[in-house]
Amino acid sequence: MKEDLIVCRDLVKDYGKLTALDQVNLTIGRGRIVGLLGPNGSGKTTLIKLLCGLLQPSGGELLIDGQKPGPYTKSQVSYLPDRMYFADWMKAKDLTDFFADFYPDFDRTKAEDMCRSLKIEPGHRIKSMSKGTKEKLQLALVMSRKAQLYLLDEPIAGVDPAARDFIMNTILTNYNENGTVLISTHLIGDVERVLDEAIFLQMGHVVRHDSVDAIREEEGKSVDALFREIFRAEAYGGEHYDR
Amino acid sequence: MNWNLSDGRPIWQQLHEQLTLRIATGSYVRGSKMPTVRELAAEAGVNPNTMQRALAQLEADGLVVTNRTAGRTVTDDESVLTATRRRLAHGTIKTYLDQMALLGFTRAEAAELLQTWEEEDT
Repeated sequence: MKEDLIVCRDLVKDYGKLTALDQVNLTIGRGRIVGLLGPNGSGKTTLIKLLCGLLQPSGGELLIDGQKPGPYTKSQVSYLPDRMYFADWMKAKDLTDFFADFYPDFDRTKAEDMCRSLKIEPGHRIKSMSKGTKEKLQLALVMSRKAQLYLLDEPIAGVDPAARDFIMNTILTNYNENGTVLISTHLIGDVERVLDEAIFLQMGHVVRHDSVDAIREEEGKSVDALFREIFRAEAYGGEHYDR
Repeated sequence: MNWNLSDGRPIWQQLHEQLTLRIATGSYVRGSKMPTVRELAAEAGVNPNTMQRALAQLEADGLVVTNRTAGRTVTDDESVLTATRRRLAHGTIKTYLDQMALLGFTRAEAAELLQTWEEEDT
């Protein structure tokens, strides 16, 4: 239990000619909330899909809890994809059943309690839900597993600020204490105070990996402000950020 | 009381300052039990590890005490509380004097104005 939860060594993923992740070296410990930050196309979703075993690395090594992604790691990873993958004729209750069937670590009572506080009735159809409600429902299900690693791909994209606060609070109060939460997002201002660490991805490279407080201390600015600075410079053809 | 976190400074330091103020002003009563890290973190909407760091600093300051049985309590030691209030007061005085200096008042003039100031003057 002592070793790092996630270890990447020279991890490479390419899609044909396009290199999405290039020699990524990364270690992430346990009991942390980590932000995976980067502009669109920087490799965030690719990294998350590698971690949950939906993609195979093109090179290098990736270990979760000391194991390569496979049946064991999948049982330890709770994944919130960046888009809804459930059939929209299903009701909230069907989804809870679905999760209970699939995952032995799923806590049904917890999920039902969360749904109640979200005012989602078991009989509600997914089709009739707003985008924000769908996001919240999916998150409730994902956070109701007792996993070691929660991979949340853009959990707050496309929902209103009040719902974002609710979602961040749900993550804070529901992650299990030995579990690590990896949140990919570009809405940094909304997640910053919840994070222990931030990982900056730029064109498939990790350009910075540090604790949020260390960044604030060294840079004298918020992670959000630093992000804007790094990626604005690039947009106007400036120098690449290196450290 | 609300948690007010600004950009650009480490979050744990800001939490530490605000917790110190709450203890100094008696929001958390002398000798009483502190809320748990998780409760405080949820209330402030911050990471529990960050809140833990702020509390560890409070403990190092002697403002909170951790007992094996009772959990974390606000200190019972009046001298620590007095010293803290004094330190905070010094900070406020410094801010006042710095601002007054910017406006061109010497320390003595600033002190005199303060003495004669009435609420109605503003």
